[in-house]
Amino acid sequence: MFSFLQELKEGLLISFRAIRANKMRSVLTTLGIFIGIISVTLMGTAIEGLDRKFEESISKIGADVLYVQKFPWFMGQEFWTLRNRRNIAVKDADAIERQSIYADAVAPQMGTRRSVKYKGKIVEGVQVIGTTDQYIALGGLDLSNGRFFSAMESDGGRPVVVLGTDVANELFPFEDPLGKTVKVGNYTFRVVGVLDKQGSFLGLVSLDNQVILPIERFEKLFGGTRRRYVTVAVKAPTVELVPETKEEIRGIMRKQRRLAPAEEDDFAINQQEAFKQVFDSIGAVIAGVGLFITGLSLFVGGIGIMNIMFVSVTERTREIGVRKAIGAPSRTILMQFLIEAAFLCLLGGLIGVAIAFPLSLIIDTVLPTAMPLSIVGIALLVSVLVGVISGFLPAYRASRMNPVDALRYE
Amino acid sequence: MASLISIRNIKKTYEMGDTAVHALDGVTIDIEKNEYVAIMGPSGSGKSTLMNILGCLDTPTSGIYEFKGVNVSDMNDNELAKIRNKEIGFVFQTFNLLARSDALHNVELPLIYGGASSSERRERAKEAMERVGLGDRMHHKPNELSGGQRQRVAIARALVTHPSIILADEPTGNLDTKTGDEIMQLFEVLHEEGNTIILVTHEEYIAEHANRIIRVRDGLIERDERVRSRKRLLTNPKVTA
Repeated sequence: MFSFLQELKEGLLISFRAIRANKMRSVLTTLGIFIGIISVTLMGTAIEGLDRKFEESISKIGADVLYVQKFPWFMGQEFWTLRNRRNIAVKDADAIERQSIYADAVAPQMGTRRSVKYKGKIVEGVQVIGTTDQYIALGGLDLSNGRFFSAMESDGGRPVVVLGTDVANELFPFEDPLGKTVKVGNYTFRVVGVLDKQGSFLGLVSLDNQVILPIERFEKLFGGTRRRYVTVAVKAPTVELVPETKEEIRGIMRKQRRLAPAEEDDFAINQQEAFKQVFDSIGAVIAGVGLFITGLSLFVGGIGIMNIMFVSVTERTREIGVRKAIGAPSRTILMQFLIEAAFLCLLGGLIGVAIAFPLSLIIDTVLPTAMPLSIVGIALLVSVLVGVISGFLPAYRASRMNPVDALRYE
Repeated sequence: MASLISIRNIKKTYEMGDTAVHALDGVTIDIEKNEYVAIMGPSGSGKSTLMNILGCLDTPTSGIYEFKGVNVSDMNDNELAKIRNKEIGFVFQTFNLLARSDALHNVELPLIYGGASSSERRERAKEAMERVGLGDRMHHKPNELSGGQRQRVAIARALVTHPSIILADEPTGNLDTKTGDEIMQLFEVLHEEGNTIILVTHEEYIAEHANRIIRVRDGLIERDERVRSRKRLLTNPKVTA
């Protein structure tokens, strides 16, 4: 029995010779494939990059942190009804802290925008966050210098502040900011720490252009919950215990707000999961549409291959006749042309990947991704597959040829 | 003992539009081992159809074809391919070598389909090339060879599997007289060495090399005769070729 490996070797040899004999034609044919592969791999890379960028961003929210807020994160027209809800108050945070068994840390937060000044230097529009010492226990936040404010400073509403890295760099380009006095709005605070660089959230909001100070002080100086939305961040002990923690907090909040059993919640408990769900569904649509459109170009490339394989089969009718006359079974002829088509496409795929790789480095400057190896592998696999599929019809026609007619073909 | 080839009342009918053309209309032949048979006839006589059936390239519409006692009339394409590979060596008028492969690879081809190991293939292909006197042309491409040399490569390809019959279709048709004679000498040598040769031709002087001439006309055998005094090109073929 004529073994498969020998068949493969002979097939590769034949296709190699055929391609070498028709260099121009082969290159033009593979053009379709490699353009297809370039667009598909680049699209894949971009999608992958988008995914990673998103993961990076939402990791800052913390998978194990719940956010008790007036509004859910994703809403549409409901806003107009939900805006009538009672605001979340700082005392709700106190209640959660007192009553919750699960919560590891509870940190109420409110924010505003103020300029921050130091000796004639000024940073405008800084995000000012008022919170408690537990804020740091929520995780995801590191200090590059100094410390976060203590429980005593927090409860006592001391005038201390932790600077975001951008603010610190602007105000103190040459000095150590620790112990210095800055003005947040019109009020004086002493710097006790500087946050590590955090980047931005979804590429939109800088997380480094902020200052954090005790909420007690914040309320006194910038106004309290009457005018501002409060977020209560609650850290669950583990990601697995998030659902239980969420239920418990829901109970505490309902009690706190004296809701009757039939009444609906008049608050929202948000979590990272919600972001993920929304992104995943949007991401799936983007990926689907993107890959479909770029896949079309690969499809056109495949048709080009099919076309040229038909030409190749017709041109080599006599050769097929000879091979059959001296004993090549149909299966071998089929294999030979399939291998040739696959080989042609693989060539296109390799060229495509070779071109797409440097291009992906350009995408890399915008999105955090180099072309993943898996995409390279998939691209090559897909190109071989395209070859086999588009080569099948011509190859089948070749294999079914009658040797007598094929030998007589001029 | 059964004949090497035995065909009984073979018919082959082609449908040409609404009329049936009887290319062969009941042909019966026996061919023994080590015969040198020429099949003759004008074009349209059915000799090509007869050759295609003898060469297992085509199957008859009716009748029985036994090759070495095995009925091949009803075999499927792949079974026929196997018979062609093992038992029949083809030599064509237009040589039909693969243009992109060198001579040696062309000769190896039947062995590739026969499943021989690559070292055995090489060995036997070289041997066959030596046998047709082209030991020094193994790595030439067909377009680097003369017509006579190409036909020798084709003959080497036919010989390499040690087939039961060599089937040559107008083997000298594309060659000048001198080169044609050289090829006929080679067939003579091969016959002397015990090969069975079937030669299809329409030229009387080529047919005269055989020791039996079958004349076909209008799909029937017109005459089947033994040749008493064959034309010999060699006095002692074994020395010269």
